[in-house]
Amino acid sequence: MDSGVYQIFRDLWLVDLILGWLPEWAIYGSWIILLILAIVLPLLLAVAFSVYFDRKIWAAMQMRRGPNVVGPFGLLQSFADGLKLFLKETIIPSGANKGIFILAPMITFTLALIAWAVIPWDLGLVLSDINVGILYIFAISSLGVYGIIMSGWASNSRYAFLGSLRSAAQMVSYEVSIGFVLITLLVKVGSLNLTDIVLAQSGGFWNWHFIFWFPMFVIFFISALAETNRPPFDLPEAEAELVAGYQVEYSSMAFALFFLGEYANILLMCALMAILFFGGWYAPFAFLEFIPGPLWLIAKISFFFFVFAWVKASVPRYRYDQLMRLGWKVFLPLSLFAVMAYSGILVAMGKV
Amino acid sequence: MIDVIAFYLFATVVIAAGVMVIASRNPVHSVLWLILAFFSAAGLFVLLGAEFIAMILLIVYVGAVAVLFLFVVMMLDINFSELRGGFLKYLPIGATIGLILLAELVLIVGTWQSAPGSGEAVSAPTPPLLEQDNTSALGALIYTDYIYAFQAAGLILLVAMIGAIVLTHRSRPGIKRQVIADQVSRRREDAFEIKKVETGEGI
Repeated sequence: MDSGVYQIFRDLWLVDLILGWLPEWAIYGSWIILLILAIVLPLLLAVAFSVYFDRKIWAAMQMRRGPNVVGPFGLLQSFADGLKLFLKETIIPSGANKGIFILAPMITFTLALIAWAVIPWDLGLVLSDINVGILYIFAISSLGVYGIIMSGWASNSRYAFLGSLRSAAQMVSYEVSIGFVLITLLVKVGSLNLTDIVLAQSGGFWNWHFIFWFPMFVIFFISALAETNRPPFDLPEAEAELVAGYQVEYSSMAFALFFLGEYANILLMCALMAILFFGGWYAPFAFLEFIPGPLWLIAKISFFFFVFAWVKASVPRYRYDQLMRLGWKVFLPLSLFAVMAYSGILVAMGKV
Repeated sequence: MIDVIAFYLFATVVIAAGVMVIASRNPVHSVLWLILAFFSAAGLFVLLGAEFIAMILLIVYVGAVAVLFLFVVMMLDINFSELRGGFLKYLPIGATIGLILLAELVLIVGTWQSAPGSGEAVSAPTPPLLEQDNTSALGALIYTDYIYAFQAAGLILLVAMIGAIVLTHRSRPGIKRQVIADQVSRRREDAFEIKKVETGEGI
């Protein structure tokens, strides 16, 4: 965040009135906490509504009505579900490894939230503008495996363990192709900073990366589906075979944390696609630039979320060996080849 | 001020987690403590200003290597009481090896000397942080001066990978495999044949 914005915040008389007695670093700390809340609270609200959105799209594609009872158009359904989960009893199975059992949903939820720290909402409108932003997101999403693997092991249940093993193998395999896709982009941009990646796409939608990198975008999109355990790759929780996979023993808030974390991760992947391939906060045409940048980013995230839900409603689930084949035998060689091809083309064109 | 607090926090967590790796009885807990140690070490790298190394540490070690560790350890069927029964039996040899290692470490640390002028040699290729971030600095160094060492390291890893596959791969005769290409290239003409069947007669 720009220091100028902090200066404006610091000079507000209300801030002086409430926080004036604190030392300077504590005031700065409360400013940071305020920023974090400004990201996390809308995010949680967005997660609640995206669950509703997801169910509505799914219902519409199956010619059902979907949630329509709680609140106008069923808008409050997610909150009702959340309240129900909150009031339920947290059951810890007697054979479970207690500490890890409780820790696992917390890890999933925390990791899903902290990745949002580096997402740029507009030029300079980012909580932490670190110069290895994309690597940070990559690292955080690779840590996401632990929430699942720990929950599966600590539950001391066969279904949960099988689900978590599947999920861990799946996430590790698809991360490789995501990494290679990112490299093809970064060769051109020349920076790991997310703001720089968006700035490289300025000036109309024909400069957005999805045109030149369209095959990479497709691979990234499918890998993102696998990475977030969404259908058609939702084998970890394949309810027909594994009941609900790693979540099987969880109830109440622990289950809700998994659920929130899962949807926050999906939104993160959507945001990443918008930033990497679809120009982040930029408007597609110059005459649309009067609409503020954050709204553009949110619109793009919503669009990709719609596509995620669309895929969920229309594609049957993969078999596990086919999933592994797709990851290792199709995407890995393809993306490895693409790294060389794109770097070669870019060097030949003199764009590096 | 903040960075000093952060340093002591991360350093304490690294050491405490390291102790817990060998102290905890459950091997899965050991691996989880090891992951915490990796994570805090990444924090220390960030404090040093080496954020690229920190992120790579997280991606490679925590995101991939430790997952495989955890996989293997979770699959082990270990009887803990049996494991602890051998403690006294293996204590002498374990203690001897530990003492030898300690003596060697003390010898190395005690006689450590930097070559004259090595300080400049180490710091010379690193440009100031404001001019160039350490990702591009590292890339410029690895892919120019140290390209042979870098390629050699890659080849060694490749050889290790191929070796592991060769050692563990068994080709069993008589298994049916799914050949996707055959399935995709199958056409209706290969599978169907329409015959005109007269009434009252079979084919």
